[in-house]
Amino acid sequence: MNATQVKEADERLLRTSPLRKLLGRPELGSVVGAIAVFVFFAFFADSFLRASSLSTVLYAASTIGIMAVPVALLMIGGEFDLSAGVMVTSSALVSSMFSYQMTANVWVGVGVSLLVTLAIGAFNGFMLTRTKLPSFIITLGTFLMLTGLNLGFTKLIDGTVSTKSIADMEGFPSARDVFASTVTVGGVGFKVTILWWFALVAVASWILLRTRAGNWIFAVGGNKDAARAVGVPVTGTRIGLYMGVGLGAWISGQHLLFSYDVVQSGEGVGNELIYIIAAVIGGCLITGGYGSAVGSAVGALIFGMTSKGIVFAEWNPDWFKFFLGAMLLLATLLNAWVRKRAEATK
Amino acid sequence: MTQTASRTALVELSGVSKNYGNVRALEGVSLEVHAGEITCVLGDNGAGKSTLIKIVAGLHRHDGGTLRLDGEETRLSSPREALDRGIATVYQDLAVVPLMPVWRNFFLGSEPRKGVGPFKRMDVDHMRRTTHAELLRMGIDLRDVDQPIGTLSGGERQCVAIARAVYFGAKVLVLDEPTAALGVKQSGVVLKYVAAARDQGLGVVLITHNPHHAYLVGDRFVLLKRGTMVGNHEREDITLDELTRQMAGGNELDDLRHELERAQARGEGRE
Repeated sequence: MNATQVKEADERLLRTSPLRKLLGRPELGSVVGAIAVFVFFAFFADSFLRASSLSTVLYAASTIGIMAVPVALLMIGGEFDLSAGVMVTSSALVSSMFSYQMTANVWVGVGVSLLVTLAIGAFNGFMLTRTKLPSFIITLGTFLMLTGLNLGFTKLIDGTVSTKSIADMEGFPSARDVFASTVTVGGVGFKVTILWWFALVAVASWILLRTRAGNWIFAVGGNKDAARAVGVPVTGTRIGLYMGVGLGAWISGQHLLFSYDVVQSGEGVGNELIYIIAAVIGGCLITGGYGSAVGSAVGALIFGMTSKGIVFAEWNPDWFKFFLGAMLLLATLLNAWVRKRAEATK
Repeated sequence: MTQTASRTALVELSGVSKNYGNVRALEGVSLEVHAGEITCVLGDNGAGKSTLIKIVAGLHRHDGGTLRLDGEETRLSSPREALDRGIATVYQDLAVVPLMPVWRNFFLGSEPRKGVGPFKRMDVDHMRRTTHAELLRMGIDLRDVDQPIGTLSGGERQCVAIARAVYFGAKVLVLDEPTAALGVKQSGVVLKYVAAARDQGLGVVLITHNPHHAYLVGDRFVLLKRGTMVGNHEREDITLDELTRQMAGGNELDDLRHELERAQARGEGRE
């Protein structure tokens, strides 16, 4: 390359850089989609723009978003976790039943539950890296096993499909403060899960963009053979990602438990797909190696706005799934188009 | 080269063999790599070239024979161990992650960090600047080190991988068919960097099936055929024509030519 070429190239860089950087962001498609959904419901649902509605929407988004963050990281690392939905219920059940049967303090159950969900995550990761079977199969197996265990154990111990109330146990008020309290800001109550969600997005973004582990996650999802060849601990990274899903399931599960004081053992089935949908709407490539934590949050926000917006518009909520499916298709098409444009300008 | 014979080789394989189950992939192969020299491994598809580099790169362990690094007999158990001992391998499929920015690829697996405890983070500015500077040293002036490495040309990606190995202090550089997928001009560029790496004192193993490329830069030539070594020559002992002939199948090729000529003669006789 001679001097004039270099100069030309640099000038071109200055001209297109801000636009190209924006187009190159994985979240762009989802942000455009989120704005469209917001404008749509602001127009059709009169109560959508009230502060209390904002709180409701954010709460709905956060219950999905808390899990969508680790699921997005896992997808960037190139894998799926179909057991994520029922793992949330398992986390709540373990916490509740262990506290009720073994001790007098709910915090012991909370701790045991964390160990169990991390162990389930580690099991998924270990099976994946050892057997080299697709993660779809392995976590489908875990999903079915957990579904059965959730129902079986609950009926065995409590005789019904729900757990006994732990509301009068020691530590319940403080645990409820941590996992299910409401913070009032300007006269409007916001659920504490929104804080958990924002914190997780911040931590996950930090990990992805600024730490060595983040570099490894992108590399393992993008080309794991190449990653291994340059010395990236591929096995450890993948197990760590599954344990991250376990951590998310723990937080969600504890929220589920402490919002009420009993847990229905059949809950959670189907949610794993919603987490994946949020991550995909947020720009995660289904083949791995590309995506962001912020994108998954925007995906979860779209989910929250749609599910609550339909209620505010006083439509039949039966339409919700249709909207969600249409949103998934549109967002994915938009993402593909944006990425193509971004690469074409390079 | 009596002088090199007395030096300790950076990498020395003698009589190395490797089996995959009941398939013998490699049998009795010997090879020496010295600092500031290029050892070329030539062979057709399926000759065992890839198996050979996988042993040197630490991806596979050899079953027989000895592998010496700096004179010390050893057996490599992982690519990480090979890297730690100064052997860097650049693979045919380029060993880069196409969707990741150039600077993330450049430091992948050896990311420099700053800060303490939970705030320990990658030194991103340093990584960006170093990537740009190191590539510039090899003559690649990137507009933007943030572009995905998949947007670079094949030759540029090879050069990034070579620059990365040199920067991380590799003593031995193993290149798996670096010119196989490239055009004439790009191959020339890559061979220039291979020579540049040699001039910086690295030992280079160049795997190729192109004797012309090998003879341009090589100091010694190992010929493989169906998993066995059929030739091990130093540069002064062999001409390009002889290398090409042996590489192309040597006597087999002569036989094939005779056969074709006979067939043609028969065909003409019948007319």
